[in-house]
Amino acid sequence: MLPPGQYLTKDFPVLSVGPTPRVATETWEFTVTTENGTVHEWSWPEFRALPSETPTVDLHCVTKWSKLGTNWRGVSLDTLLADVDTAADYVVAHSYDGYTTNLPLADLLDGRAWIAYEFDGDRLAAEHGGPARLLVPHLYLWKSAKWVHNLELTLTDEPGFWEAGGYHNYGDPWREQRYQGD
Amino acid sequence: MARLAEVRVETPSARTLVLDVPGWPGNLAGQHTDVRLTAEDGYTAQRSYSLGSSGDGERIELTVQRVEDGEVSPYLTDVFAVGDPVEVRGPIGGWFVWRPSDPAPVLLVAGGSGIVPLMAMIRARRAAGAKTPFRLLYSVRSPAELYYADELRGAALSGVEVSYVYTRSAPDGAARAPGRIGVADVNTGGWPASFEPACFVCGPTGFVEAVSDMLLALGHDPRRVKTERFGPTG
Repeated sequence: MLPPGQYLTKDFPVLSVGPTPRVATETWEFTVTTENGTVHEWSWPEFRALPSETPTVDLHCVTKWSKLGTNWRGVSLDTLLADVDTAADYVVAHSYDGYTTNLPLADLLDGRAWIAYEFDGDRLAAEHGGPARLLVPHLYLWKSAKWVHNLELTLTDEPGFWEAGGYHNYGDPWREQRYQGD
Repeated sequence: MARLAEVRVETPSARTLVLDVPGWPGNLAGQHTDVRLTAEDGYTAQRSYSLGSSGDGERIELTVQRVEDGEVSPYLTDVFAVGDPVEVRGPIGGWFVWRPSDPAPVLLVAGGSGIVPLMAMIRARRAAGAKTPFRLLYSVRSPAELYYADELRGAALSGVEVSYVYTRSAPDGAARAPGRIGVADVNTGGWPASFEPACFVCGPTGFVEAVSDMLLALGHDPRRVKTERFGPTG
């Protein structure tokens, strides 16, 4: 089923705001920073040693295309955040290219979000966010930050790149929350 | 509700729609708009289109390429007639924009219908009377596929340096053999990285990926390369 205003595509369109960063797994790291400044850090081998999941999910882009039944492999945010002690309610995801997006922390938990590194059984291509991207399929795809590098846990909600530029702060495709005021 | 005021044929499969939009708040060059069609049974379909126009007026322009099995574009290119209403929303997007107050040299690189938001920037330069150095590198399959052909000839006379890259067939006497855009095209048709130009690249994904990688290889700062990518919009 498609959310309102969406159409089906079989391609996998690419939308990003600048050149694709090429991040080598030798230098890649993923960090979670809490509101106290505590940093949790994973190198590529440490990250890949974590238990992974293979979600099959529907993707909905605010530019109106949807792609159904996509297959991913990634590490659940429940796993990555299990030992993180925080009172934060919000998260700002930071990418290697400087992109940011904000989400409620609750939306990353309970089996609804992953740091994904395979698509359709292959290594995630750089133009789709590889080596690893955030995957939060129940929100519009701009929330699923490509080339994710850091999750900053925050006590207050801080608008990210598109959210500060007129897009909806939450971005639920089923409520068609595309732009501010929707 | 917007109304179609005027149509201009660009190519056999693309036309420019000039719309009057009461209450349009104006837009920056490079922004886009959503167009929504509603059928008699209430079914709606919407697509995003780049605006070829900018400024304060209530008249906007977009250029629509027909996608044969599309849901929206065949209506807009073949059926939609002067005086007909359509729902538009916008403007949208505040990143892929050029402001006439920015003095930096500008490099525009268009692949196919990716010319539309870049044309808005060329028009904004002219409307502002700006002398900002502009270069446009425009890649299309053949001369027949060019949008805004006459207007681009005019722009070339007013200080916008335009280079064409034909991928399938070039005009008679063209110095460059047809072929995909390469780093030599971007090097000679663009600005040296040391000029720190603002680069705008718009076109299909593969084109944008290739050109933005070339710009980085030529030493351009990734923060000065803005991209807009799309597939065909049905």
